[in-house]
Amino acid sequence: MDTLVKGDKLRKYFQVGPKSLLHAVDDVDVDIPRGTTLGVVGESGCGKSTLARVVLGLIPKTGGKLYFDGRDLDTLNKKEKAEYRRQMQIIFQDPYSSLDPRMSVYESIAEPLDMNHIFSKKAEKLDYIMELMERVGLAERFVNAYPHEMDGGRRQRVCIARALALNPKFIVCDEPVSALDVSIQAQILNLLMDMQDSMGLTYMFITHDMSVVKHISTEIMVMYLGQCVERAPSKELFENPLHPYTQALLSAVPKPVINRMSNTEILRGEVSNPINPPVGCRFAPRCKHCTAECTQKNFELVDQGSRHSVACRLFDQA
Amino acid sequence: MNNTGTEQAILEVRGLHTIYQTDDGVVKAVNGVDFSINERETVGLVGETGAGKTTLALSIMRLLPERTGRIPEGEIIYKGENLLKADKEYMRRIRGANISMIFQDPMNALNPIMSVGDQILESLVIHNEEKRSGEELNKRVDELLELVGISAGRKHEYPHQFSGGMKQRIVIAIALACNPKLIIADEPTTALDVTIQAQVLALINDLQQKLGTSMIMITHDLGIVGKTCDKVAIMYAGEIIEFGTAEDVFNGEKHHPYTVGLFGAIPSLTSEAKRLKPIDGLMPDPTALPEGCKFHPRCPHCTEECKTGEPYLYQKGEAYIKCNLFREEK
Repeated sequence: MDTLVKGDKLRKYFQVGPKSLLHAVDDVDVDIPRGTTLGVVGESGCGKSTLARVVLGLIPKTGGKLYFDGRDLDTLNKKEKAEYRRQMQIIFQDPYSSLDPRMSVYESIAEPLDMNHIFSKKAEKLDYIMELMERVGLAERFVNAYPHEMDGGRRQRVCIARALALNPKFIVCDEPVSALDVSIQAQILNLLMDMQDSMGLTYMFITHDMSVVKHISTEIMVMYLGQCVERAPSKELFENPLHPYTQALLSAVPKPVINRMSNTEILRGEVSNPINPPVGCRFAPRCKHCTAECTQKNFELVDQGSRHSVACRLFDQA
Repeated sequence: MNNTGTEQAILEVRGLHTIYQTDDGVVKAVNGVDFSINERETVGLVGETGAGKTTLALSIMRLLPERTGRIPEGEIIYKGENLLKADKEYMRRIRGANISMIFQDPMNALNPIMSVGDQILESLVIHNEEKRSGEELNKRVDELLELVGISAGRKHEYPHQFSGGMKQRIVIAIALACNPKLIIADEPTTALDVTIQAQVLALINDLQQKLGTSMIMITHDLGIVGKTCDKVAIMYAGEIIEFGTAEDVFNGEKHHPYTVGLFGAIPSLTSEAKRLKPIDGLMPDPTALPEGCKFHPRCPHCTEECKTGEPYLYQKGEAYIKCNLFREEK
């Protein structure tokens, strides 16, 4: 398959004390085929946003290799890097804080265009901005509006238009709908999917919402404390979750049906400390299948067939 | 009203209107809400941002911002007493002791410079009508911490030493301290991760069964309603547009078009659908609400009659739907 974004053993540690390293992302492999969506799910602090920033090169990685369109991004010079940057964009979670309150919609969308000197004629730029606004479903009358005059859904559309301005190939969506109401969330998800169909975009979609990730993703990666614990095509993951954490996560999602806490599997404990984590499976302290072996060695992702791989003792045939 | 005869309404809200007088005009946040809650019952208040859920809760608690919040009309009857006519001193005795509240964000609901034990103790001391000794009250603090699953030994610690889920447990312990008859939980798990949310919801359900407390559960998540509520009120633009038992709202045949839209907009975990069905348009501006049915500009079934006058009130037992669609079925 034609891979657009590939990361090998990506690693990001933060030095938080003289001898303390926070393992935010620990040897994670990423591989996103062109025109597809990789969903990344996990709870707060599992490293999903850090992974996104590493993949975009917004923060330097501690280790690993990153390829975009087949080229190793570490070998590029500054000018080439800027070229690649243009092809990768990000949409952030909170449209209330990711737009400059003193910039109108026009100015916000024009900023990336001006920085890259795309248009020399003002009229051409305006036409292009209008076209972008139409593409993301923003009425023309908002072109001179300021963020405070718009609701969350419209603001997120501005952020999307801005991300599209430079014709990127790859967009990271970091919880783009978490701050929105369900009816608006559905509008934005539909828009993102339509754009993928019409422009062949590749997404890395980060979310904590299992139903959203199922809806939008081609493949899904489940993260726990900086590591990828399971990876599978969307449908396969939901029909056949293998890792105990994925199973617990799926069972914990409240479904819109009457279900008085009957068959919910309640996970005990909380996420352990990511600073200098001990050897062994990081989920072990909360896992009902935990044995002595789980705390003695690390488990790698093992392929279970049909592109489904999982890092767990239960499926480790080695 | 009482279908089994043994149930008794603990709180009744009748024709409640709440407004905010702001510089930009009068914000009509709650527009004629009627509902009641029985003993040991959980009523879910569901709606999107701006539907008036929190304003309704604050109106019941009489905690509206003093400068702008007004209640021009309505009654809130608790134990035969209209809370809207009660004086400040009476309300102070009600709040915390009889009706207590769990807020959305446990990070902000706790005092960062007070140990958690002292914060639980605070409401016990304020409502110490039986004149219990300090020792007894401290014992009660230990008891409450154990009740919400925190070891009593941690009572001298400060909020920043606890995780989000643990903080919410402490907030719950404070709410339960004086054995209230009614708890209003305003989005109690929205700020928490799903696995922690499941723990907290299980705890709330468990304690409610044990202690027999009634609860108003405010949420935007229909999944949480399905897990916790006996009755459901769907709110839109300050009105309850559909009310019924969980069975009526989740599995019943007749629904308000907004309820249908709300369910349709949630991506499903079980079925395959390529596109979601969003509700077109936006919540109306509460300073300039539309005439007639407030949902009519967004409603796929809107007719001329929806644009003027109150929509038809369809009733079936305790359940009701405010929509002209059901007018012909008398």
